[in-house]
Amino acid sequence: MRQYPDMSFEDRMDTVDFEVGQRPHITVDSDICRSCTTKECVHACPAKLFVPTGDGGILFNYEQCFECGTCYQICNKAGAITWTYPDGGHGVVFRKG
Amino acid sequence: MPEKSSVDAVVVGAGPAGASAALELARAGRSVILLERGPFPGAKNVYGGVVYGRVLDEVLPGWWEDAPVQRWVTRRSTMMMTPTQALTIDFRTEDWGNAPYNGMTTYRADFDAWLAGKAVDAGAQLVTSTVATELLRDAAGRVVGVRTDRPDGDIRAELVIACDGVNSFLAKQAGLLPQTDAEQHTLGVKETLALPRKTIEERFGLSGDDGADFEILGCTGDISGGGFLYTNRDTVSVGVVLSLTGLAKSGRRPEEVLADLKAHPAIAPYLRGAELKEYSAHLIPEGGYRSMPPLTTDGLLVAGDAAAMCLAAGIWLEGVNFAIGSGLAAGRTAAEAIATGETSRLTGYRKRLEDNFVLTDHKNLQGAAHLVLSERVQQQYPRLLCDFAQEVFTVRNPEPKPGLGKLFRRTAARHGVRLRQLAADAWAGFRIFG
Ligand SMILES: Cc1cc2nc3c(=O)[nH]c(=O)nc-3n(C[C@H](O)[C@H](O)[C@H](O)COP(=O)(O)OP(=O)(O)OC[C@H]3O[C@@H](n4cnc5c(N)ncnc54)[C@H](O)[C@@H]3O)c2cc1C
Ligand code: SF4
Ligand code: SF4
Repeated sequence: MRQYPDMSFEDRMDTVDFEVGQRPHITVDSDICRSCTTKECVHACPAKLFVPTGDGGILFNYEQCFECGTCYQICNKAGAITWTYPDGGHGVVFRKG
Repeated sequence: MPEKSSVDAVVVGAGPAGASAALELARAGRSVILLERGPFPGAKNVYGGVVYGRVLDEVLPGWWEDAPVQRWVTRRSTMMMTPTQALTIDFRTEDWGNAPYNGMTTYRADFDAWLAGKAVDAGAQLVTSTVATELLRDAAGRVVGVRTDRPDGDIRAELVIACDGVNSFLAKQAGLLPQTDAEQHTLGVKETLALPRKTIEERFGLSGDDGADFEILGCTGDISGGGFLYTNRDTVSVGVVLSLTGLAKSGRRPEEVLADLKAHPAIAPYLRGAELKEYSAHLIPEGGYRSMPPLTTDGLLVAGDAAAMCLAAGIWLEGVNFAIGSGLAAGRTAAEAIATGETSRLTGYRKRLEDNFVLTDHKNLQGAAHLVLSERVQQQYPRLLCDFAQEVFTVRNPEPKPGLGKLFRRTAARHGVRLRQLAADAWAGFRIFG
C-alpha cells in the first residue's frame, strides 16, 4: 500500500524559500554525538539536516532549517545542540504555511 | 528601528497573539512596538489552515469583509482510519457559508500580515526582521524591556508581552517554561498541494467559496498523533501531527508518515495529480491546561502558544483563536496596568482568561490531549470501529443479519478491547468533551 511519491528530498526542499544568513544559528557538537547511540535527530528532523558520519559523529548543515525546534526538544545529550533563531530577517520564509 | 527606543509596551512576535495584544494597546492610546523576527508577519508560521473568527467580532466588526480568506468552511469531517479502512462523520451546513461565518481557510503569510496591519492601523509600530534575544531587567529583577539583535537594539518598556510562539525563549528565560519538554509537544508536518480550483470543488463536493476540513485519527501508524486535510482556493493542505517522543522512538521520517496518509485509499483520490507547492513543519504545544506556565511575572505577560494555549485534541486543532483571545486579554490588562501605574500587579490577566473561553475551554478539556493520544484511541478504537462498520455494512444474505450488540461484542473481543475499558474511556470522553 505504501507508495512514496517519486520526488527526491532535494526537490521537496526546493519548494521552500530561505534567506540564508551568514551565522549558523544551530550548531551540533559532533564529539558529543559520537557517544549517542540512538541518533533520533537523524530521522526526526523534518528538513533532514542531520547526517551521520562514518566515525559515528554528525554532519549538520543549518541552511535549510525550518526553525521548528524538534531537534533540541528530542536530543537527549546535554550540550550536543546549540539552538538559536537565525538573525532577524533570515532563515525560512513560508508563503503557504 | 524606531528612534525612540523607549515605549509603553513591547510585544514580541507578530503572530495572532502578538498582533491582538498590540492592537488593544494601541487602541488604548499606548505606544507599543510589535517585534517580529521574520521579514514579514507570518513568514515563520505554519498551521493546518483554519481560523475560527468569532473571537474577532468584538474587536474587528465585519472582519470578513476584508480578511484574506481562501474558503469558508461549510463542511467538517472527522475520519477514523486503519491502513485500509476509514469511518467518517461528515457534517455540512450552509449557515457557515454566510456572514458572520464560522471558519475560514487562509495562509498564515496572508492572515498574520493582515492582522498585524490592523494593529499598525491602530497606531502600533511594527518592526520586522528583528529578534528579541533577551529580557532586560532592572536591579530588582523586574522585566523592563528586551534586547534585540540590532545594533543599539535595546528597547525599554513598562511591560513586555511575550507572544513568541511555541518555542518561547522569553518564557524559558524568565523561568516560566522548561528548556525542553518533548512530552508536551507534537510536530506538524504539512504539504501545500496545488490543484485546479474546479478539481477541488468537484472532488470535495464544494461550490463557490465553500471549503472543507477533514480531521483524521488513526493515520499515523505507531506514532501517536493525527492528520488533517483542508481546502484552499486552488491548493489543499494535508499534514500529520506527530508526538515528539513517538517520532523520536519510531525511527520513521515525518514526510514518510505523511506519504502514507496521502496514499490511503480514502485520501488518495482527493489528491491525485496534485503538485507540491510548499513543504513545511512547525511544533505544537499539545499539553494544554496542565502544561501551561505561570502567565505573568513582574513586568512580563505571556500569551498564545508561548503559554501553551493551543487546543489540540482530535476533533479540535485550534490555536489561532486562543492566541487572539489571550493576546487581546494581555493587551487590555497591560493597557490598564500602564494607565494606573500598577505594572507589577498583573493578576487581572488570568482573571480575564478565566472569564472568557480561553481558560474555560482549556480547563474543561484538560484531559483531552491525554485521552486522544492514548494507545487505545490511537490504535485500538479506530480498528474496532472500522471493523464494526465493515461487519454492519457487509451484506451476507442469505445468512441472516446478526444482532448489532452481538456483532459489536464479537468485534471488540477480536481486537482485545475490553468493554469495561471502552465504557471507562467513553465516560472519560463524555466528561471531557460532553
Ligand atoms: C501543523 C499545525 C496545524 C495547526 N492547525 C491549526 C488550525 O487549523 N487552526 C488553528 O486555529 N490553529 C492551528 N494550529 C495552531 C496555531 O498555529 C497556533 O496555536 C497559533 O499560531 C499560535 O499563535 P501565536 O501568535 O501564539 O504564535 P505564532 O503564530 O507561533 O507566532 C509567534 C511569532 O513570534 C515570532 N517570534 C518568535 N520568537 C521571536 C523573537 N525572539 N523575536 C521576534 N519575534 C519572534 C515568530 O516569528 C512568530 O511570528 C496549528 C499548528 C500547527 C503547527
Ligand atoms: S544531536 Fe543529539 S540526538 Fe542527534 S546524534 Fe547528537 S546527541 Fe544524538
Ligand atoms: S529546528 Fe527543525 S528543521 Fe531545523 S534542524 Fe532542528 S529539527 Fe531540523
